[in-house]
Amino acid sequence: MATVTYEEATRFYPDTERPAVAALDLEIEDGELLVLVGPSGSGKSTALRMLAGLEPLDGGRIHIGDRDVSSVRPRDRDIAMVFQNYALYPSLTVAENMGFALKQQKVPKEERRKKVEEAAAILDLTPYLDRKPKNLSGGQRQRVAMGRAIVRSPQVFLMDEPLSNLDAKLRVQTRTELAELQERLGVTTVYVTHDQVEAMTMGHRVAVLKDGVLQQCDTPQNLYHHPANEFVAGFIGSPAMNLVSIQPDGVAALAGTEIDFDDSVVDPTAPLTIGFRPESARIGATGVPGVVRTVEDLGSEVFVHVVVDHQGTPTPLVVKTSPPFEAHLGDVVHIELAGPVHVFDGDGSIVATTRATLR
Amino acid sequence: MSTTEAHLVGERRWVDAVFGVIAWIVGAIYFFPILWMLVNSFKTELVANGPPTLDFDPNLDRYSEVTEATTGLLSFTEAFRNSGYVSIISTIVVLLMAIPAAYALAIYPVKKWRDVLFFFISTKFLPLVASILPLWILAREFGVLNTRLVLVILYTAMNLPLAVWMLRSFFQEVPKELVEAAEIDGAGVFGQLRSVILPIALPGIAATALLCLIFAWNEYFFAVQLNAADGQTVPIWVASNVSTRGNFIAKLSAASVLASLPVVVAGWLAQKRMIRGLAMGAIK
Repeated sequence: MATVTYEEATRFYPDTERPAVAALDLEIEDGELLVLVGPSGSGKSTALRMLAGLEPLDGGRIHIGDRDVSSVRPRDRDIAMVFQNYALYPSLTVAENMGFALKQQKVPKEERRKKVEEAAAILDLTPYLDRKPKNLSGGQRQRVAMGRAIVRSPQVFLMDEPLSNLDAKLRVQTRTELAELQERLGVTTVYVTHDQVEAMTMGHRVAVLKDGVLQQCDTPQNLYHHPANEFVAGFIGSPAMNLVSIQPDGVAALAGTEIDFDDSVVDPTAPLTIGFRPESARIGATGVPGVVRTVEDLGSEVFVHVVVDHQGTPTPLVVKTSPPFEAHLGDVVHIELAGPVHVFDGDGSIVATTRATLR
Repeated sequence: MSTTEAHLVGERRWVDAVFGVIAWIVGAIYFFPILWMLVNSFKTELVANGPPTLDFDPNLDRYSEVTEATTGLLSFTEAFRNSGYVSIISTIVVLLMAIPAAYALAIYPVKKWRDVLFFFISTKFLPLVASILPLWILAREFGVLNTRLVLVILYTAMNLPLAVWMLRSFFQEVPKELVEAAEIDGAGVFGQLRSVILPIALPGIAATALLCLIFAWNEYFFAVQLNAADGQTVPIWVASNVSTRGNFIAKLSAASVLASLPVVVAGWLAQKRMIRGLAMGAIK
């Protein structure tokens, strides 16, 4: 077990001008589960593959524990990786797949068998040890891939979208099991996903990447409540935060209604973007008028999709409300602010998170 | 909508039927000479050299004639032994060299891998006849003229580019993640090859080996130029049944049937293995 440190780690793919990962600085604590999340092309997988040694570094360094592994071969890094498609060796049985790394390390046969059986018991794979991967279901293959990683008790687990080939129900179940397993084994884990729900539910901390640049690395709660910039604010949370850019005309106004910010740091005469989560707004008697598009009634909560006329453009907003709520397409409702509002400057950086009222 | 679909389905079936008939006709045209060779091999020379007929007394006399050893002449067993030797040894050498080369080109391609591949295939551009004089002189100088060794060397050189090309495409079918997983699991290059790549690429390797065997077995030009006196192979033995005195069609047919048999049997055996799926179960 060990810490993992990225120091200005940079990777350029051949014939590209923009780095796939740009000067990444990241410290992962011993035993931590850190999730790398971002849209496709954000460099999250590249960052993981750099740690694995499957992509070379074009700049910076990577440490595992106190050891600089920047130019160490993958097989000498003492890591285990779970691939998105599992990458099970098709000609080997489940037991041979799980014991493969130990066999390469010349671990005696008896000890190897013992370790494989232990891991198989943890993952409910004991009845399948003699099967070939092609005779397993998707969920079983995923567990074999996990087993192959835990059998060798590595310093670090690397997981590259390990759940994305499972169906929705199994994914949610496996997500919990995986997080529990990681907690129990206490092995430092770097986990890549494009699914922000997975990131929020599993990660001790979550690092959000965009275009190869680290946007914010923090606990899920802080990412949600204190996003560092407009991108993180829009990426984390489902349904997404309402983001409205405001070109001020003497005062800052949302759909013609002036906004009064509690925090005096906010300059209402400068161009800015305000963001508020669906639960930070409510349907009320007064406020901004909007036209109902759809109502998503999930039983425990209701999301009302509304269009407001903001500075001449129809702007969609989502408001969370509690059931029972009934409205129809075309109904006019009024929206009030009822929670924190995030204010971003023209570059998308956070200015303040504050309360605000509509006048 | 449904009428259009029904019409389309009907049309497809009609087109398929036409193509099927054409395929059968083309197949029959290709196969007929081979069939006629087989038929002729059971005839007497008199019947075989007369007008084409199927009305004859089939017998195996031509087969015993061509396999009969005559002192001073190349015998059937000698030729088969020589051919087997050069084909099998050259194929083994080709595989030993082509597998690592193709692996490197498919899995860890160098910067100019296209040029490397082009270089391999460019060695096949030169007409064989243009290189035969230098080859003959080299063979004489190295004292390998009329030995099986010179054919082993030449057949290896002849099949190597083809084998590298074929094997490279088969190795590319191996999912990259499998190689990466093996690398992370601590397997060295040979460990990766043995445990991961080879089992998956085995049908492809079998196909490549078969092709090399067939090309080496059938090769005539080098054999006749460089091995006229000793170490002669089956194609030369077949040609030796061409006689300037009298008729030889039936005998030649029998010799040709015998020469074709090993290749046909090998092809039939390998066909079943080659069809097997390449990487079943590795990827979802």
